Amino acid sequence: MQETITVVASSDKKNLWKVIGASSLGTLIEWYDFYIFGSLAIVISTKFFPPDNPTAAFLSTLATFAAGFVVRPFGALFFGRLGDIIGRKYTFMVTLLVMGLATCAIGLVPGYETIGFAAPILVLVLRLLQGLALGGEYGGAATYVAEHSEPHKRGFRTSWIQTTATFGLFISLAVIMLTKSSMSAEAFDDWGWRVPFLISSLMVVVSYFIRRNMDESPLFKKAKNEGKTSSNPLKESFGKKYNFKFVLLALFGATMGQGVIWYTGQFYALSFLQNVCHVDFDQTNFIIGAALLAGTGFFVVFGWLSDKIGRKPIMLAGMLLAILTYRPIYDRIYQLTDVTNKHELVDQQRIAEETVVKMYDDGSTATLTKTGDTIKQTVRVGAGTFFSIALLVFIQVLYVTMVYGPIAAFLVEMFPVRIRYTSMSLPYHIGNGIFGGLLPAVATYLVTKAQVANAAVVQTSAAIPHDRPYLAGLWYPIIIAGVSFVIGLCYLKNKNQNVQ
Amino acid sequence: MNTVKRVLGVVWIILGLAAGYYLIGSQAIPQFTSGKSEDLVPAIIYTFILMPIITGGLCIFGWYALQGEYDD
Repeated sequence: MQETITVVASSDKKNLWKVIGASSLGTLIEWYDFYIFGSLAIVISTKFFPPDNPTAAFLSTLATFAAGFVVRPFGALFFGRLGDIIGRKYTFMVTLLVMGLATCAIGLVPGYETIGFAAPILVLVLRLLQGLALGGEYGGAATYVAEHSEPHKRGFRTSWIQTTATFGLFISLAVIMLTKSSMSAEAFDDWGWRVPFLISSLMVVVSYFIRRNMDESPLFKKAKNEGKTSSNPLKESFGKKYNFKFVLLALFGATMGQGVIWYTGQFYALSFLQNVCHVDFDQTNFIIGAALLAGTGFFVVFGWLSDKIGRKPIMLAGMLLAILTYRPIYDRIYQLTDVTNKHELVDQQRIAEETVVKMYDDGSTATLTKTGDTIKQTVRVGAGTFFSIALLVFIQVLYVTMVYGPIAAFLVEMFPVRIRYTSMSLPYHIGNGIFGGLLPAVATYLVTKAQVANAAVVQTSAAIPHDRPYLAGLWYPIIIAGVSFVIGLCYLKNKNQNVQ
Repeated sequence: MNTVKRVLGVVWIILGLAAGYYLIGSQAIPQFTSGKSEDLVPAIIYTFILMPIITGGLCIFGWYALQGEYDD
């Protein structure tokens, strides 16, 4: 199927920015909706999933895993098919509404204490709807923008969509912090946590009316007028070898590696600082926030650059740099936060009832809190160390922008208009939702396993199996990105596969 | 380059089978039989989500590569 579709006359510039703005705003809101559940997970679990109840705890695990991993690819298939049959515009308006209604409804569900098991089940169902909607949104927005763009500027135009995942996280954290600061801790815990969910409904209404006035994608409209749209996009995408081999190539040669690099830079860095290095919770959020803010513009830079030199070299360079430097970067972060490497100012030590605060010469402090038989250490790093860590996280964010900035244009160009929405959505959501989404859990598991293995041989004369157990979690992104890099290097072409 | 692509096809098939053996033999079965409820969800994910995608996907991808579907 050597289908070549002539691009219709490009929309005028003003209209193009309206298209990019409307698409990006809706995608941003969907990411916001998806993230607030994760950001408020602790509050939500106390309201809907009491930990002393094993069934509720099981439903909580399902809500976390199922929405992030399992349902997103199904959403990609369901909405992708719709988008290739009835059109991009109407489909991604439906995903926006489904996401908005589900988010708003989570904010209205009575707690476990009021309606019992109906509460966690309702929240689980609504979370699954969120996953479904997210699975359908991204492919629609990327396709819609790409099909309005001039072919030689697709990387630049679609890169604006790529910034929304990061901005969505920012806005969700900002709304939560603003809500928290505007009321007492008790009020937030009682009802205030519902506000960020309810705010979503306002944003969705605004975005809906903006999107409603947009035109259908010109390429899709042309294909439809000529009777060239697919009547069964699923069968055509995955049942025909010619298309299915590109779906597999997109997954294993690009999105799989891109997904783990994105999740390492944006989420595992946060988890590593909090759980492995024991850095103060608020300070880690500021470190990640500063690095993301400084790095977000590079999505557009690398999207633009991919129009000049091709998508493949930029994405593969990002993967290779990540593979080669993750271990030195994380080792450096660990050493920077390890207080045994610092000089303690013993005369400034403060001792309270159950707490000891130690001060160090670089401005860092370590707070040791005794709870029962365990001692918990929380580190607050000094200003110099803060900037050093933020710089190391920023480098990882740069890798994210290299692999993620051009990926929308890359995926769009791999598949023809008639099955584009379906074909590009599935590898994207498997790569990001499954390979990327599993990263924090797998990496934490590997670190714990390495620490347990070391602890088991401490009292014997055997050699310690892991010299730096805190780095064990990085093997997951390194191996996955390594396989993806080799496949991408050998099999991807640095040009459009089959369509303009 | 086409020869390299085809030969690597065998590597992807072997890698897919090895990943499937690891996921089921070393991860899913011990977790299914542990009796702990918190192990059930990861075991289901290994068996019904990851294994089909990684093993099935890599084996088909390798087979296509071996057949020369990705040749220039």
